[in-house]
Amino acid sequence: MTLYSIDSIRAGLLAKQFTAAQLAIEAIAHGEAHNAKTNAFLTFSPERALAAALEVDKRIAMGEDPGALAGVPIAIKDVIVTKGLRTTCGSRLLEKYVPPYDATAITRIEAAGGVIIGKTNCDEFAMGSSNENSAFGPVRNPVALDRVPGGSSGGSAAAVAQGTAVLALGSDTGGSIRQPASFCGVTGVTPTYGRVSRYGLTAFASSLDHIGPFARSVADAAKLLGVIAGRDEMDATSAFAPVPDYGAALDGNVRGLKIGVPKEYFDGLESETGDLVMRAVEVLKELGCEVREIQMPHTPYAIATYYIIATAEASSNLARYDGVRYTSRAAAAGTLTDMYRVTRGEGFGAECKRRIMLGTYVLSAGYYDAYYLKAQRVRSLVARDYTLAFEEVDAIVAPVSPFPAFKLGEKVDDPVAMYLSDIFTITGSLAGVPCMSVPCGSTREGLPVGLQILTRHFDEVTMFRVADAYEKASN
Amino acid sequence: MKLSEPEVRRVAELANLALGDDEIGRMAHDLDEILTYIDKLNELDTTGIEPMAQVLYDAGETATLREDRERATLGNAAAVANAPLAGSGYFKVPKVFER
Repeated sequence: MTLYSIDSIRAGLLAKQFTAAQLAIEAIAHGEAHNAKTNAFLTFSPERALAAALEVDKRIAMGEDPGALAGVPIAIKDVIVTKGLRTTCGSRLLEKYVPPYDATAITRIEAAGGVIIGKTNCDEFAMGSSNENSAFGPVRNPVALDRVPGGSSGGSAAAVAQGTAVLALGSDTGGSIRQPASFCGVTGVTPTYGRVSRYGLTAFASSLDHIGPFARSVADAAKLLGVIAGRDEMDATSAFAPVPDYGAALDGNVRGLKIGVPKEYFDGLESETGDLVMRAVEVLKELGCEVREIQMPHTPYAIATYYIIATAEASSNLARYDGVRYTSRAAAAGTLTDMYRVTRGEGFGAECKRRIMLGTYVLSAGYYDAYYLKAQRVRSLVARDYTLAFEEVDAIVAPVSPFPAFKLGEKVDDPVAMYLSDIFTITGSLAGVPCMSVPCGSTREGLPVGLQILTRHFDEVTMFRVADAYEKASN
Repeated sequence: MKLSEPEVRRVAELANLALGDDEIGRMAHDLDEILTYIDKLNELDTTGIEPMAQVLYDAGETATLREDRERATLGNAAAVANAPLAGSGYFKVPKVFER
């Protein structure tokens, strides 16, 4: 399948080279053919895709504006609910769950002419860094099939990397968009907390959850964000800040921008990943950016902070899967309490159980102050590192992951080692600042590496400007 | 060990999570490792630091009160459609009280 962009699809549709319906059928066939290899999709949605595509074709035939995402095949991470279309969250518990409503991001995509082709595989309830925690089998990295695609939005990253979807939606709580984007060699964006409505995003850790785009170019990611961003009265934490025209910011001009490189992120990163990221920093210098070293002294405490806050919130959010409302119920349960306990014990996978247990423990009587409250205070310090850094610089660049995609099974038995691999993505999540991963080359083995770019709250414009200028210069 | 097996069983009870004996042992080991790592936070003096419960940023004044108007609800049939067991428009569960 041709590697389309939003613009090339629009041009093709308007020039009558193909129809949106043909494109939708082609994309789903492509996804089905690749699924035996990568397992990126859990469900395809041919009927829904065709209905949306025919609507686009009709609007074009009538001479109407077909919308900003006209005819673009889009894959959706299976933690974002879709009315009438199965949404499993990668969990046995929700294997047969068919949501009665659409997430706001979904409604906005379809209103803009986007064509949803299916739901992508992910770690169960978005908990994981390798996609190996899916109840429906791991996703394989399209770049190297013996390796993980990253997680938790591994299926969305793979769907875009393998050329099935032009765009995808993922969700990010501690790096779940940026890390798989870097592992699969695509662009992934975690916008400012509150920039995109979480209505219809299955809650993992509410104070940290984001919806964000995957794309094969910065320009396409920016366009998708422009469609889904903005206040939504169904999510009280969604921001009122006006949504700028992100596309207009992509003028390639980064001269004079101040870029910070956090010392703490490169200490001990003597690897190909570190070298590739530093080479990207050199490119930004050549483009006229003023690069300086900055300090983010609380970085070493971010993982511990995150795994307290995220698990505490998760233990509350996942309490709803108790056998009453969400399709699964243990057959053997005699009493109500047994029904809760056995349904959850049978339904959740090992990682979800581990996080529910940790979250319940840190919130339990006698431990709340020592763990949860302490973590919230340290979160303030991590966020303050960013506030202070952004008094000096306009953007921060860093690695996304300490290493490229690892082999399936390599880290699965060591939860702490897996948690530690999130070190570079977690601080941005805790602070709620916009951050993204843009490809910055490959290792000698051919494994992609991502460059992370972070900016001030709601300054996605500067983030996209830096990413786009780098992308153009490195191509 | 920071967490004994009886304590793990107690937390599982609080979480309404049935765990097998093999899972209890594994969980005690994993939680111990994670909690030991988390102890790192005690290196920091956080006296006087505000706890951060939500992402905070500067924002203009906003009209957070929406207009009070009628809106369509999900509807009873759709609300119970995913229930493992429903009847007469209600979620059905095992008996709560024994008579």
